Amino acid sequence: MHFGIQNILFIIALGATGFFAFKKFSSIIRNIQRGKSLDRNNNFGQRINTLVRVALGQSKMVTRPIAGVMHIFVYVGFVVINLEILEIITDGILGTHRAFNFLGPIYNILINSFEILAVLVILGCVVFLARRNVVKLKRLNMKELLGWPRNDANIILTIEILLMSAFLTMNAADWYLSTQMNEWPHIIKNFHIEHYAHSGVQKEAFLISPWLSGWMPNNLTYVMYIERFCWWFHIIGVFGFILYLPNSKHLHILFSFPNVFYSNLEEKGKFTNLESVTNEVKAMFDPSFVPPTDGTPGRFGAKDVEDLTWKQLLDAYTCTECGRCTSSCPANQTGKLLSPRKIMMDTRDRLEEIGKGIDKDGNDFKDEKSLLHDYISPEELWACTSCNACVQACPVNIDPLSIIIDLRRYLVMEESAPPSALANVFANIENNGAPWQFSPVDRLNWATED
Amino acid sequence: MENIRVRTMADYLANGEKPEILFWVGCAGSFDDRAKKITKAIVKILNKVEMSFAVLGTEESCTGDPAKRAGHEFLFQMQAMNNITVLNGYEVQKIVTGCPHCFNTLKNEYPALGGNYEVIHHTQLIDELIKTGRLKVEGGSFKGKKITFHDPCYLGRANNEYEAPREVIAKLDAELVEMKRSKANGFCCGAGGAQMFKEAEPGDREVNIDRSEEALELNPNIIAAGCPFCNTMMTDGVKHFNKEGEVKVLDVAELIAQAADL
Repeated sequence: MHFGIQNILFIIALGATGFFAFKKFSSIIRNIQRGKSLDRNNNFGQRINTLVRVALGQSKMVTRPIAGVMHIFVYVGFVVINLEILEIITDGILGTHRAFNFLGPIYNILINSFEILAVLVILGCVVFLARRNVVKLKRLNMKELLGWPRNDANIILTIEILLMSAFLTMNAADWYLSTQMNEWPHIIKNFHIEHYAHSGVQKEAFLISPWLSGWMPNNLTYVMYIERFCWWFHIIGVFGFILYLPNSKHLHILFSFPNVFYSNLEEKGKFTNLESVTNEVKAMFDPSFVPPTDGTPGRFGAKDVEDLTWKQLLDAYTCTECGRCTSSCPANQTGKLLSPRKIMMDTRDRLEEIGKGIDKDGNDFKDEKSLLHDYISPEELWACTSCNACVQACPVNIDPLSIIIDLRRYLVMEESAPPSALANVFANIENNGAPWQFSPVDRLNWATED
Repeated sequence: MENIRVRTMADYLANGEKPEILFWVGCAGSFDDRAKKITKAIVKILNKVEMSFAVLGTEESCTGDPAKRAGHEFLFQMQAMNNITVLNGYEVQKIVTGCPHCFNTLKNEYPALGGNYEVIHHTQLIDELIKTGRLKVEGGSFKGKKITFHDPCYLGRANNEYEAPREVIAKLDAELVEMKRSKANGFCCGAGGAQMFKEAEPGDREVNIDRSEEALELNPNIIAAGCPFCNTMMTDGVKHFNKEGEVKVLDVAELIAQAADL
């Protein structure tokens, strides 16, 4: 192939994708940066270790073996087949055909592994579609997934199957053409498709696609069109996929890596200490205590997404709505309203809403809504047992519990609206030093009574 | 009256002595009739190994755990700072708790407010006492019994301690059977996060019924617990299924106290 109209179109498509993707991802990063500051740059070694184990190594995925193994197929396929995208982009810009062919035997190994992985990705996606739509797994068919989230999942899986099919068909057409070169020299010459013959693609470079070549039409021109169509379909599909990602639960394919890197490395039982409260309490104990006066006194707890930390917001964008949290949540599993997955989805939806407002009205954007009440109800929050099952279950170390607690803090400390039973508990702790109404002077009675 | 020996921190101080460890009893262990038995079992073990330990007695106050989980950070910190003043006043260095909630709060959340102690859960202490040979346990009385251990969330997932209670139970000559959801996948008893002190939100069933059912499916003789709240929840669950005649809910400390014939 030589540089021509196809390459000009390709460069335009590549540039447009880059431009729109940059715009959209910038706005997501801007949204995340609206969260409160939090230092997660410590313990670099331990963070890398967690990244390798949990994100790259998928260690938490395989706790559920079927989904875990299928996911590894799709994940490895995604990462490895992206090497092929580099070649496609090179070909697209320079007008070459299989530019990386010079790698020789290594190229064969690469193409073979791409082909095997493409089949495994298709297998994985078919199983995933079946789990959602045929087997109807409970956690993949809960009410918070109705509408867009469910369509989103099916769209992504379908796109992946189509992309992989196009990739294999492209290889099949290419392989078929290279095998026919000697028999149809005049056609090759007339249609200026010598590059297929010259590409030197060895037969053994294609492990899977030759099986598909039996379906190729006899007319080599059509085969060439098939090859071109699949090439374009594949790369335009990939571009579309990149632009679709920011609006999709599928964003986890990028965000899970930083999200796992910035995991909470403390014991799960350790809840954050609210410094703003510490200052108040210290001032009560010691009237001479002068609280540091940097910044305005913030809210106690979180009412809206901007009261959360950037990590909690990154968590929300990273969530792929798999629902492992919800399916291990004792409140949810006993029919309560709480679903940790919904907490994450609500956080993202609300942040996106604010982001769109800012796109329109600038940084002064304000509306009457908030994450608490308009998205997440007190009933959901008060169903939580703080057992950390959701945090443990998340394959990408998302922490829904921290958001639940921050919202509870606002309900209790700013709205003074705990459930009445808990209001009594607070009064008891304050007055008696115990959650029950026992007198503190009786605290040691157990030692002397029968 | 049972023969247990308990001294307070104030008592030690008055005699110019310092105990090896402070036993943080907790509100349930101090006031709840069922949990008081667990407290006594722990004391019996400490007496048996002649460990010098003290309690704070009337100077102990709620750690603030339920307040913190319920979002009342203000009340939590008030409690914490008061307790820290007392603990630091006695120069306490090592604490054993009878409750995973106190354990978690003292261990993880007090340091930020100036309370730095080595904190262990009582199952960890018992495990250590057995391993160092200070406590000898003959598990004969549990021979042939089937025991399942319910992981307390604030010992297990919250602090990654799954083995100490199991290693203690393993000394009993009994068969330790695991529920499907155990260790990191353990299922809450329903009491955490201040749920103990309120009605559950509307739903299909209670969390403790779900969990007790899972435990009872194993046909155990004993459901072992390591938390006074889990103990209450599991006991209620066992009663719900009318199994209280066949299945006992006992703390790990009670099992050991029984085995050592204390």
